[in-house]
Amino acid sequence: MIYFDKVSKIYKDQSVALEDVTITISPGEFVSIVGHSGAGKTTLLKMLMVEEKPTAGKVFFESIDVQTLRGKEIPTYRRRIGVVFQDFKLLPNKTAYENIAFAMEAAGRSDEEIASDVPHALELVDLGLKRWNFPHQLSGGERQRVAIARSIINQPDVLIADEPTGNLDPINTQEIIQILKKINDLGTTVILTTHNKGVIDSLGKRVVTMENGRISRDDEKGRYVM
Amino acid sequence: MIWTDLRRIIKAGITNFWRTGTVSLSSVFIFTVTLYFLGSLIFLQAVLDYTLTQIKDRVDVNTYFTIATDESKILSIKKKLEALPEVASVNYTSRDEALAQFKKRHENDYLTLQALDELGDNPLGASLNIKAKDPSQYESVVRFLQSDSLGAQSGGLIDKINYNQNKSVIERLSGIINGSKKIGFGVAFALAILSILITFNTIRLVIYVAREEIGIMQLVGANDSYVRGPFIVGGIMYGIFSAIFALILFVPTTIWFGETTTSFFGGINIFDYYMSNFLEIAFILLLSGVLLGAISSVLAVRKYLK
Repeated sequence: MIYFDKVSKIYKDQSVALEDVTITISPGEFVSIVGHSGAGKTTLLKMLMVEEKPTAGKVFFESIDVQTLRGKEIPTYRRRIGVVFQDFKLLPNKTAYENIAFAMEAAGRSDEEIASDVPHALELVDLGLKRWNFPHQLSGGERQRVAIARSIINQPDVLIADEPTGNLDPINTQEIIQILKKINDLGTTVILTTHNKGVIDSLGKRVVTMENGRISRDDEKGRYVM
Repeated sequence: MIWTDLRRIIKAGITNFWRTGTVSLSSVFIFTVTLYFLGSLIFLQAVLDYTLTQIKDRVDVNTYFTIATDESKILSIKKKLEALPEVASVNYTSRDEALAQFKKRHENDYLTLQALDELGDNPLGASLNIKAKDPSQYESVVRFLQSDSLGAQSGGLIDKINYNQNKSVIERLSGIINGSKKIGFGVAFALAILSILITFNTIRLVIYVAREEIGIMQLVGANDSYVRGPFIVGGIMYGIFSAIFALILFVPTTIWFGETTTSFFGGINIFDYYMSNFLEIAFILLLSGVLLGAISSVLAVRKYLK
């Protein structure tokens, strides 16, 4: 269970990123967050990742009050959340295989686990044959699939996908969405932010609409309404 | 667990070093220049030390005794002098030896030798050649010789001590030696600081380029030491490689300068010095390289570990 309780974020220059946002996300849900650029979607996700702290209100992950986490506890906490970004954020000097293995190494998993799990994850995103390619040798869609494989390798409770299809063509977009659905079907909570109307309408899942830092709509089986 | 992490960190650092070829190469180049520079300071210090020792060695004080003085008395004074903490060595030259030396020095000067022959007797007195451990200590040695406790001066044993003629030269030399030591240390210190700053900046640039990677590693859940580790290993690799390059570069350099330093600085051949102190110099350069690389990496990464 993820719970944002009356969360506000006001920057030093007095610009308001979030205002009094309250939202609950249940385990196993697939939630899409839509809204214009600057509506506060990414800020919301950054708070869950402890990259930003709210000015007011609280963010809970299960029973953890996220703000109270101390420096050393943050890496362990972050391993429970997988993240996929629009710009992939792969390590440029590591191969597809090594990028995924790195997340397992960081979590302190054994060499045997890494050797058995990474090929599985690569198969899941259909990149078994390109495991030794570096990011610059992969297409945008392929890079995003590596990023997804990396984000789920430690079996996180939640997968955050922040505009994962923003840089992709329609075919790759559909493939990525299908992979996210598959991950959700296996029991992982998925939080997706996107501008893509087609994606939202085809999903038929919960849609939260944000405007100017506030939640303007929250529809079960929603559509992209702006 | 710690060993697995350490193994992974070292492997990641080494792999990264090779994969970021151009960046590594340019960093190693700058590190090499720095270490070459630090190494040159070692050589400079050696040449300076050697030259100063040579100069110091040439400073001495001769005490000439009257012809009538007994050898046994002179030898007892010699013993007392040797017991002084300031004295490095005392050499006794007997009357006969003094004559032989005089004759040898003037072997082509018939006029002088003829005059000596006409005298019939040996006009030269015995002498003690005294070397102090430090040029500034001659004053107190001479004071000791002139003191009444020895009874040499008042007993009319000592003909003359050439300290007073040499005094101003000795004092100036002491001043120059101490001054050049201070200047040498100051210059070396300033240059060392400068080169350390340059290497530190290089590393900072390397890590600035990789700052996004640091953020990604943290987002994926790596803790600080796991993020920092490979960069430290990379810094250490720069240090090791550049120390090796600098050591290789010193071979042609010291051969080139060897002859010049031999003729100019009075005897030391820096190539021979390099070869006989190779292990020590290699150790110093490796250690400096490794420490420079590691410390500057730690400091540079710290900025990006939020």
